[in-house]
Amino acid sequence: MMQWLYKLGSPRHFYEMTTGFLPWLAGATFLLLGIGLVWGLGFAPPDYQMGDNFRIIYIHVPTATGAIWIYAMMAAMAAMHLVWNLKVADMVAKSCGIVGTSFCAIALFTGAFWGKPTWGTYWIWDAKLTSFLILLFVYIGVMALRSAFDSETSASKAASVLTLVGVVNLPIIYYAAVWWNTLHQGPSVLGDRDASANPPEIWIPAFFSGFGLIGLLFLIVILHTRNEILYRERRAQWVQELLTREPIHA
Amino acid sequence: MTRQALGLLACLRATLLRELQIAVSSPGKVVNPLMFFVIASALFPLSGRLDLAVLGSIAPGILWVTALLAVMLSMEGLFRSDFDDGTLEQLLLSPQPLYFHLLVKVLGHWLVTGLPLVVIAPLLGLLLNLPAAGYQPLILGLLLGTPTLSLVAAIGTALTVGLARSGLLLAVLILPLSIPVLVFGAGVVDTALNGLPVAGLFSLLGALLLLAASLAPLAIAASLRISVQ
Repeated sequence: MMQWLYKLGSPRHFYEMTTGFLPWLAGATFLLLGIGLVWGLGFAPPDYQMGDNFRIIYIHVPTATGAIWIYAMMAAMAAMHLVWNLKVADMVAKSCGIVGTSFCAIALFTGAFWGKPTWGTYWIWDAKLTSFLILLFVYIGVMALRSAFDSETSASKAASVLTLVGVVNLPIIYYAAVWWNTLHQGPSVLGDRDASANPPEIWIPAFFSGFGLIGLLFLIVILHTRNEILYRERRAQWVQELLTREPIHA
Repeated sequence: MTRQALGLLACLRATLLRELQIAVSSPGKVVNPLMFFVIASALFPLSGRLDLAVLGSIAPGILWVTALLAVMLSMEGLFRSDFDDGTLEQLLLSPQPLYFHLLVKVLGHWLVTGLPLVVIAPLLGLLLNLPAAGYQPLILGLLLGTPTLSLVAAIGTALTVGLARSGLLLAVLILPLSIPVLVFGAGVVDTALNGLPVAGLFSLLGALLLLAASLAPLAIAASLRISVQ
């Protein structure tokens, strides 16, 4: 187990391992995303209540779900970095932070533009919306802390600690928002759509776009991590060789 | 009691006394957060021609937000001078458990910066037309909530103590994490004003304090070890 971890934690091994399956991941991602988006945005029947507005679901739901799970992944990486001092774990965590922030922002913006025609408002201080806004703030905090340090090692460790503090805090924030919402606001507009009641023409494209966006998430994380590896290991011999061996497309 | 435990107690007592002595020798450390609290809450009624009833209903939120900001701003100095003169390194090298050391240090800091806020809050409540039913929950809530805020803010302070200018960064790190305390703290006063039972909310504030007191020193210790390198 430790040996396997050690091997996975070596930047060079990570780089070489991902080189192999990157084209497959990219291909699968764009295939799924293409089918899901073309089908969902172009051919799925309009919703009987929301008309064409519901099509935002194909972007909104996967990005929102992704934004939560990618924080969990970032936290797992942060813990691995602190406990075993795995450099790759921190590089993955950094990439997770960037992708997570974008996914969270996309989920909030698509939600706002979905809310306007269906709820009649861009923003409402609902528990779900509020906790997502705070999740975005926490993501931004981790990124801000990381960029404030000059030393790469301190930046990694500090960002890891803050990520883990965030893990303890996020469930509390969620329940605080739920409690606060139930005191101040009547029944929520969310949750009136029963997923099982939707026809397959609507949820099958959602399935495709969902997995497509998860693929995209991993794809960006891996690509960014590879860049990070090349940058941080730029003085290592294998990187020098790799860079001089490959033809440079100028 | 063993010799080791006695050593720890003496050490904790010395840490607490040192925090208090520093506060006595530099009164600005006590007065400035307090002045910030007073001035910042006085800005809200001045910012618009508010109905007195409206002002009274938003008073819990105003007092809690400004108290949160005052605690955060006062925390910036928690490790700063110790970091500059090398005391922090001695603290990290000390044979006594860092966990208790930091817990007591934050407690000492709260006694000189957080507790005065709790004491002056009712006066500000008067200025903001807080209804009579709100004072007891406000004071008790702040008493339970401000130590939690100090502990959470201490994590951010420990993470940023090695950086030259950390004020705004500290706010970006700490404010999102302080939201539960704010929600429950202002919620206690609000609930009491509506004539509803508040015991459950006090329990939640107490639970947050216990959670912060048990976990935050670990995070503060880890952060200090990163900052002192």
